[in-house]
Amino acid sequence: MAIHPEHELHARRRGRNLGLGLVLGAFVALIFGLSLVKISHLREGKLPAAAEAQK
Amino acid sequence: MSDLSAIDRGREAGFGDYVQLLKPRVMSLVVFTAMVGLIVAPVPVHPFVAFTAILFIALGGGASGALNMWYDADIDRVMRRTASRPIPSGRVGAGEALGLGLALSGISCVMLGLAANWFAGAFLAFTIFFYVVVYTIWLKRTTPQNIVIGGAAGAFPPMIGWAVATGGVSLESLLMFALIFMWTPPHFWALALFMKDDYSNAGVPMLTVTHGRAATRRHILAYTILLAPFALALALSSIGGPVVLATALVLNTLFVLGALRIARRDEAAAGADRYKAERAFFRFSLVYLFLHFAALLVERSLMTFGLGGW
Repeated sequence: MAIHPEHELHARRRGRNLGLGLVLGAFVALIFGLSLVKISHLREGKLPAAAEAQK
Repeated sequence: MSDLSAIDRGREAGFGDYVQLLKPRVMSLVVFTAMVGLIVAPVPVHPFVAFTAILFIALGGGASGALNMWYDADIDRVMRRTASRPIPSGRVGAGEALGLGLALSGISCVMLGLAANWFAGAFLAFTIFFYVVVYTIWLKRTTPQNIVIGGAAGAFPPMIGWAVATGGVSLESLLMFALIFMWTPPHFWALALFMKDDYSNAGVPMLTVTHGRAATRRHILAYTILLAPFALALALSSIGGPVVLATALVLNTLFVLGALRIARRDEAAAGADRYKAERAFFRFSLVYLFLHFAALLVERSLMTFGLGGW
């Protein structure tokens, strides 16, 4: 078997790393977005809608 | 593990294999029904919060899929339909699936609790527990009613969606649960009639194996008839309306007629036309569930224009 500098395995591994990177990036973006929504919708003396409904 | 051993096997898992562990096709059903449950609820939810909530409900569903594949790897190896799944085919280790499933379960429940409310988060945790422990580990291999109990796990997502918006349970969300719960047995037993998987070799007591195929046909009819009142009750509830009622009347009539046709056939007749009626019934069952929930969405959007609803 000839030795190629790039084995098919490496491509697959890169795909996996790239996928995980994108998932983690998306998770960060999600938390950021959620923070923006939660903080901007908190009015003084009032709970978020879901918590308000639970009372 | 050295690189050499990985090259020898030549089948190191790619990203897609881990996605396969999450059962993406089951996930799409979870996303759709949870989304409808959330939207039809009477409490408005911020669109981004709703999106996040549905995402983590789907992830929780995926986590239970991975845990199911971890526990069921021995069965999956034996059956033709499932032998190519990531664990039986050797691309992903069983321990990896267990780890991924547990980690994603924790993340999804905590994140749903933070994004929406803790009742919804706990409900998702209960659903995962129910599917993995009660269904997969306990009842799937001990009772021929396994499909009925497994159906309950699949029926929780619209209730979780409803809980995201309202923070609780109500008659309407219970009726959405009942619709999927009663629909699952006829749906899967029709599949079991024509798929003829080797459940007996795998040691899974499917109704077709334990009580025979004629009994399975009668069971399909019984559940289909019992399903209809729940569908009509949902149509008459506060989230129903003329559109849902008309849809429910048409769909349930067709569904019961299809079940009647199945119940009246025997194996000889079914074998003669290669299970045509059973296949048609199975395909229609997917349409049945989709259109019911789609009708709820339509009714809800009509309500925002002051139309529809009761």
